[in-house]
Amino acid sequence: MLSGMSVPLTLLGLLEREPSHGYELKRDYDAFFGRGKPVSFGQVYGTLSRLARDGKAIAGPAEHGEGPERRRYVITEQGASDVDKWLAEPAEPELHLQSVLFAKVVLALMLDRPAARYLDMQRAAHLKRMRELTEQVQNGGVLDTVLADYGLYHMEADLRWIDHTAARLDMIAKAVHG
Amino acid sequence: MTGKPAPIIEARDVVKSFGHTPALRGATIAVAPGEILAVMGPSGSGKSTLLHCLAGILAPDEGEVWFGGSRLDTLPEGKRSDLRRARFGFVFQFGQLVPELTAEENVALPLLLGGVRRGPALAEARPWFGRLGLDGLEGRRSGELSGGQAQRVALARGLVTRPEVLFADEPTGSLDSMSGELVMRLLTAAVREQGTTVILVTHEARVAAYAGREVVVRDGTVGSLTEVSQ
Repeated sequence: MLSGMSVPLTLLGLLEREPSHGYELKRDYDAFFGRGKPVSFGQVYGTLSRLARDGKAIAGPAEHGEGPERRRYVITEQGASDVDKWLAEPAEPELHLQSVLFAKVVLALMLDRPAARYLDMQRAAHLKRMRELTEQVQNGGVLDTVLADYGLYHMEADLRWIDHTAARLDMIAKAVHG
Repeated sequence: MTGKPAPIIEARDVVKSFGHTPALRGATIAVAPGEILAVMGPSGSGKSTLLHCLAGILAPDEGEVWFGGSRLDTLPEGKRSDLRRARFGFVFQFGQLVPELTAEENVALPLLLGGVRRGPALAEARPWFGRLGLDGLEGRRSGELSGGQAQRVALARGLVTRPEVLFADEPTGSLDSMSGELVMRLLTAAVREQGTTVILVTHEARVAAYAGREVVVRDGTVGSLTEVSQ
């Protein structure tokens, strides 16, 4: 599953594409957005119940056949409006990783630990992950590539920050020690 | 014994200065056959000088360069030049194609310089156009190619002699991200197929991520990130 993504709104988006049964939604969600981390049936059906309760989707009549009872869900105007609004809004830019790296560098300098070595280790860890993502880019389908590229560009940005910070550790150390 | 294969190319404590400015201060590096090694580092760190010393373009002031089990740095320039033409390939940041020649002639150039006759040299060059997505561009001159196309022609020229080692100095440095990605994908596919060793100088992490291992040159010495992380 993609980090920070909204499962309910994504399922609603799939429902806007076409009315679907729960198992079809799970299949399509996993194919497009799961990327090796599938959503559970429980989460899909729980979400669909809440969407129906809140008037964003309507559950069709129970269809009896082989196996468990099925219902086809249809998006409502209110649901479609939510999807529309969500797509039009920019996501909150995330700064989480940067703040962790920042805290580690400052603390390492404050405690007279080898900050340069920490940055080297972080650089190696980033490059290792970038190599794995590059393998995905070379061997995966188009959607895998688009997602791997997203990771690669973010890690590249981190690495540029790491290089920039490594080049001015002396200056940062002075500021930390006051 | 560590079980590692003997390096195909190696620098031992190489020192190189330009006038009073030191570029390498005891650089040591060993590259295994078939390895794709990224050499990273900030501008002015000495990474291009290291590549030039390994390739026998520059002679070190001190230290040794070994290739295929023999000293390279002590060979006279004529011999080093022969060796570069016969066993090494090169790709630089700006394709450096010869503008008077067609793309096909540019690819065939290392073969022509090595004494191969025109017909067989062009015949050897031609399949590279299909392999690198350049079909139909054989007759164009460098001014009629996009930056990405010119760099792929340069890559073909670097690989046409089936070199044992390909030296690539910022091969995507002048390209946009899409063209750069294409060049790197084609480069890695071609060298894996041929078993060519690659020494890839780059300051871009996304390019280095195509390599199997990376080292960082800082202040004229070589550090290994991989060792640090273990």
